[in-house]
Amino acid sequence: MTAPALSVRNISKSFRAVQALDDVSLDIHPGRVTALLGDNGAGKSTLVKCIAGVYQPDSGTISVDGTVHRIATPDVARSLGVETVHQNLSLIDTLNVAENLFLNRERTRGGGFGARIGLLNKRRMLRECESTLAKLGIVIPSLRRPVGLLSGGQRQAIAIGRAVAWGQRIVLLDEPAAALGVEQAQRVMDLILSLRDAGVAVLLITHNMDRVTAVSDNAVILRQGRKAAEVELDQVSKDDLVAFITGAKAG
Amino acid sequence: MRLHVLAKATSRLRQAWIDRSEDGGYRRYVVYMAFVSILAVFALILWDDGFLSWSNLLNIGRQAAPIAVMAVGMAFALASAEIDLSIGSTVALSSLVAAVMVADYGFFVGALAAVLVGASVGLVNGLVAVKIRIPSFLVTLGTLGIISGIARNMNNLQSMPIRNDTFSALFGAGSLGPISSLVIWTAVAFAVGHFALHHLRWGRHVLATGANRASAKAAGLNTDRIRISALMVSSTAAAFAGVLLAGRLAIGRHDLGENDLLTVIAAVVIGGTSLFGGRASIAGAVTGALIMAMLNNGLILMGLEVADQLIARGFIIIVAVALSMRAPSESVGDDVP
Repeated sequence: MTAPALSVRNISKSFRAVQALDDVSLDIHPGRVTALLGDNGAGKSTLVKCIAGVYQPDSGTISVDGTVHRIATPDVARSLGVETVHQNLSLIDTLNVAENLFLNRERTRGGGFGARIGLLNKRRMLRECESTLAKLGIVIPSLRRPVGLLSGGQRQAIAIGRAVAWGQRIVLLDEPAAALGVEQAQRVMDLILSLRDAGVAVLLITHNMDRVTAVSDNAVILRQGRKAAEVELDQVSKDDLVAFITGAKAG
Repeated sequence: MRLHVLAKATSRLRQAWIDRSEDGGYRRYVVYMAFVSILAVFALILWDDGFLSWSNLLNIGRQAAPIAVMAVGMAFALASAEIDLSIGSTVALSSLVAAVMVADYGFFVGALAAVLVGASVGLVNGLVAVKIRIPSFLVTLGTLGIISGIARNMNNLQSMPIRNDTFSALFGAGSLGPISSLVIWTAVAFAVGHFALHHLRWGRHVLATGANRASAKAAGLNTDRIRISALMVSSTAAAFAGVLLAGRLAIGRHDLGENDLLTVIAAVVIGGTSLFGGRASIAGAVTGALIMAMLNNGLILMGLEVADQLIARGFIIIVAVALSMRAPSESVGDDVP
């Protein structure tokens, strides 16, 4: 197997008295989809937020391509090629589609001076937004429309499109298909597969076992903040996964 | 060929219309409709009182100028989901600082010092709000009192005269051709504000921070710095409004701007800026300020008693705000598939 794109080693994180993550380690590999499973409150989102630079772990290390990095802010994560679709935490409702896609990565014009004062190149951002979304097969009626006016499916498609457009190497997806209709959820799964085929390392959080088995190569199961099991999906059944998650079966 | 271009242009216009009308619908334009209708009503009933005379219109423009400048600044504070209650006392402090400094160092240093004092008020407001995590509503309520007290102590409640013709001409009393310098400064404030909100990265980041701070943070924005900068813009604009009042009246005084806070907030909100962050209109804020000045002027010309003016203005403001504000739930696509 290839070297891991991202390695998490012995991460712990607590919020006051609650131990959200306790000594968790996992690897994700280029060209593979790793599912992160667990019941509500198992620590999945906390782990993703630690990797994405939203939270700081209390102990443990995160390395990208074998080098340990301190991911102090979301900016650091992005600069390392880690893109994240957080659950309910991705788009700005009052900004339009292109502005969301380019949030904190705005294209500027006017040369060095324009870049320094942040003079927006709106036309270029609209054009690039259009071609990026088209490439991903995402159809949005108007890129100038505030995303708050779009449907849940369209919003999620944009959030994922943003991660995909920028995340050339590592993409973390926290419940990307929650609240989506069947067809749109399928779209999202297709996107994940094409990411995998392009050699991106994907970490996928979802509650839907059918989706897990359909797109993932391996799975890490968290239970009450600890790693309960790590399995290759071709070696376990769906029932096994559920048993790991509920604790009926130990890894 | 020409037809093709025409068809393209129409379809683009149509799309823009759809985007806009779905984004708040007519509410977006309420402030302009209100402006036109109030202007029309006053023009009709006050025809004989010379409401539409050049000198009266100029009067309205002059009255609106400091409010408009403050409103442009306040729009940024509100856009970032903060609020700045200290602008009124900042106006007073700025006018006094200008008066003191102009006497010794001339008009330029005087104006600059006043504006810098305003910027530092905003810096303190912002740092306390962000670092100690006190809502800016409470922080600026505190600094409102503190600055007001300092202003009162500066010259023992006396007016401080400004005897500098350049200062007065530049910041209020003078004019360029038929246009008062106050009107020109208002236009400058509008242009700078509009440009910063729509064409600078910073403007988009202010809106993003105000709309959803957690998401903005997750996108890597330094929301602390953005919130501080928005409060600094508000207080700097207020200080500049203080300079304009000092220029027009040729004094610095502890109570200048004291009663302007609510007028400014009303102007900004009527103009389509959300009180809860994430949505702002600079053109709306300036138009809102014009409406406020027009109401003031028209109700006085109508011969209403001060008490009745207050009542009438209050009613009109409530109606205008009700028409221009949108319920938050309306904006989100509820029809999630």
